[in-house]
Amino acid sequence: MLGADELVINMGPQHPSTHGVLRVKLKLDGERVIGSECIIGYLHRGVEKIAENRTYQQFAPYVDRMDYVAAVSSGLGYCEAVEKLLVTEAPPRARVIRTILTELQRIASHLLWLGTHALDIGALTPLFYCFREREEILKIFEKYCGARLTTHAFRIGGLQYEAYDTFEKEVERFCKDFESRIVEYETLLTQNRIWIGRTKGVGILTAADAIAFGVTGPVLRASGVKWDIRKAAPYAAYDQYKFEIPVGTTGDTYDRYLVRMEEMRQSRLICLQAIENIPTGPIMAKVGKVLKPPPGEVYHAIEAPKGEIGYYIVSDGTVMPYRVHIRPPSFINLQAFDRMVRGHLVADVVAIIGTIDIVLGEVDR
Amino acid sequence: MADEPKEPKPPQVLTGDKPASATPPVSTPPAKPADASAPAAPPKAAAPPPKPPVVLQTPLDNDLVKRFRAKFGAALLEATEDRKQSILTVDRARLGELALHLRDEEKFDMLADLTAVDWPKREKRFDVILNLYSFPKNERLRLKVHAADAEEVPSVVSVWPTANWQEREVFDMFGIIFSGHPDLKRILLPDEWQGYPLRKDYDILQQDTAWVRENLGIESGQ
Repeated sequence: MLGADELVINMGPQHPSTHGVLRVKLKLDGERVIGSECIIGYLHRGVEKIAENRTYQQFAPYVDRMDYVAAVSSGLGYCEAVEKLLVTEAPPRARVIRTILTELQRIASHLLWLGTHALDIGALTPLFYCFREREEILKIFEKYCGARLTTHAFRIGGLQYEAYDTFEKEVERFCKDFESRIVEYETLLTQNRIWIGRTKGVGILTAADAIAFGVTGPVLRASGVKWDIRKAAPYAAYDQYKFEIPVGTTGDTYDRYLVRMEEMRQSRLICLQAIENIPTGPIMAKVGKVLKPPPGEVYHAIEAPKGEIGYYIVSDGTVMPYRVHIRPPSFINLQAFDRMVRGHLVADVVAIIGTIDIVLGEVDR
Repeated sequence: MADEPKEPKPPQVLTGDKPASATPPVSTPPAKPADASAPAAPPKAAAPPPKPPVVLQTPLDNDLVKRFRAKFGAALLEATEDRKQSILTVDRARLGELALHLRDEEKFDMLADLTAVDWPKREKRFDVILNLYSFPKNERLRLKVHAADAEEVPSVVSVWPTANWQEREVFDMFGIIFSGHPDLKRILLPDEWQGYPLRKDYDILQQDTAWVRENLGIESGQ
């Protein structure tokens, strides 16, 4: 099996299915993958070094540039981490609006994942459907804060902008429409024999392996571990809403697909519950213009669309953080790639990269 | 721009207790156990919540710490709580054994995050930090070891495989060697890069000029 037939090929960093600049060195025996190595860092910008040379507020927009398809979630994690460091909390109204925007972002991120993942595997149509709905969400973001991708939607201590007049109405309209839209995607894929053939049994990750590799988010849940930080350690306003954590059974690519589809449904339900009753009141806590958190350190993690995004921040009492470390879900989840890809065919590599749902901006920081 | 020595400092409206410089002057870690006096009155944060001023760092003495102390004694150097998060500072040499114990006996089955902090003025300049999570207990725990420059830290890859890339990243950024790591090499920076960017003595505008010139064909990346 080994020996003369063994072939090493490079996939990426410019391969279209690697979702950025990921380079994978594949060791092949014929069409079968017998080993792999991910080579990353092409997008490294030294975000953590930048953080040490900016004030707490100045650094906030930088976190949007990590997972640029789910900037709202990264921003929420950072703002809440600094708030924890300051021993303060955002007011209830701000927290509910944050929750709505973050859940919309989760849907948008999952839609982008679904569209591109299906495209990689060869189903062209879902991409157009997904982008249609994603556009609606980005329009809401744009109306709210003026930006579509790198939104910088939140501020440390709350929000800068009030929700615009028709905010609730538009979110509600989107959520109402979205129910039937998910059905449309499912019609295209769930029972599709090619889709099933390309995803079922591909890239299986057992629960034990997932935990050992520190994998979080939908990938972990698809392996059967019912764990979501929104439930385990509720932040923002998640403790007020009812929602389910979908889990898979086998931990293959098809399960991960089902889990993310169900997560979009749950996010939609959270948004609908949240707009029912947005508390009135201030949107900003009194944190002052110059933030000097008392010396100490904090680790705060939230459930981003791709998994646990954690911020470890050390303060020395000055206006700039002494150290900011970001635990990016994509980076950690990508480590399990080698385990998932071994024994599969070259064509499955594309499916497995897609199913982990990585963003290279976040992997490399 | 390329020769600018430091980032311009942000406008400061300080209350006058401590000047904020680009290289923070604090040389001791903030998480000292009994040092309750220093952070007792958070300057701004205490304003909105109608709570009494909170003591942020307190010594920790829960059941876990008691069990830990009974079993390992002197290997536990310090147990503190900072903003309600548990931190155990342990003996560097025994990290591997302690990690195994925490995973198997205390059920901290996931290593959420592994990183380091540089305190150049301290005798042992590096803190290596492990953020653990326990699924059965839904609890987080932070493990900390001190290491001087060129002192090796035992790798925990055999305990939590996820440490593989994270230790490589710490090696890449700080130059901390993890003994027993299966494949310790740079991960985000190019293999031939000189210097460790997240050390405090590595200036923000600094770069490996020779590498940039040779590989990118430009004078400077700035």
